Amino acid sequence: MTGASRGIGEAIARALAEEGWPVGVNYRKDAEGAGRVVEGIESDGGSALAIQADVSDPGAADELFPPLEERFGPVLVLVNNAGVRADGLAPQLEDDAWDRVLDTNLTAPFRLTRRALRGMMRARFGRIVNIASIVGQRANPGQANYAASKAGLIAFTSTVAAEVARRSVTVNAVAPGLVETELTEDIGDEMLQAIPARRAGTPEEIAACVRFLVSEEASYVNGTTLTVDGGMTA
Amino acid sequence: MPTANKEQIEERMTEALVSFGAEKEQIKRDATWESLDVDSLDLVELAQILEEEYGVKMKEEDMKDLKTVGDAVDFVADRAES
Repeated sequence: MTGASRGIGEAIARALAEEGWPVGVNYRKDAEGAGRVVEGIESDGGSALAIQADVSDPGAADELFPPLEERFGPVLVLVNNAGVRADGLAPQLEDDAWDRVLDTNLTAPFRLTRRALRGMMRARFGRIVNIASIVGQRANPGQANYAASKAGLIAFTSTVAAEVARRSVTVNAVAPGLVETELTEDIGDEMLQAIPARRAGTPEEIAACVRFLVSEEASYVNGTTLTVDGGMTA
Repeated sequence: MPTANKEQIEERMTEALVSFGAEKEQIKRDATWESLDVDSLDLVELAQILEEEYGVKMKEEDMKDLKTVGDAVDFVADRAES
């Protein structure tokens, strides 16, 4: 579970732990937050391990998987949640802002998926859930880099799903709309008027969808993107 | 690097191919992947198994040249020994 120290990632980590999965709580900087998530899971009777790694680092998979495999066995569920924003209008967007967003939001899920599939294919079971965004499906000026990364993630999801479905591995995406997190706290109230539900979603509402996609019941759901946006793109 | 003789490699490969759905009786040195109904995803998984067990990395371009079970056995045996 990448980017699990706060926000949507924290909610997903807790939801998967409630389902009985031991959870690798990856964080980049927020050791305190990750520690809090692990403590919360353990006090509820679950198992979790905090692991520091910047997923945009090309070697991140080698930092993340071995300790988890050693402690919990093969990794059968991967949730690519870690994401960054570096907003700006395209004419002014710096290369660095483009690269940073694409590296974390798209290249990292590719590398981690590649690594996770080794064990999943052998196990004839696997669940990969990529946290995308409705911005990957519809324009949001000022986020060309973020939108491209999320649209890429959606296309990546469906293609990989088609490649590995016959090994009983599913690869799906969840595309949240506006969700109450630190990443979205600077978005104004006027945006709420564009949402039929007239409110932002909660991290728990996103986590509920991931919980379903990871479940045995979702075994025939593959390559799809589940939009969770209060009707915003309906 | 682990060493292995061709028989051991063929045995391990047969085990893997059976797990992909190939008929054990049809798995011979001259059997092609096509005749065994072994597809590209199976070959990727086979390459992973052989790499993990014999330390021999099989790249996509190598795989393209390996048309039969025997080709793959020889490829792994040559490199596992070197």
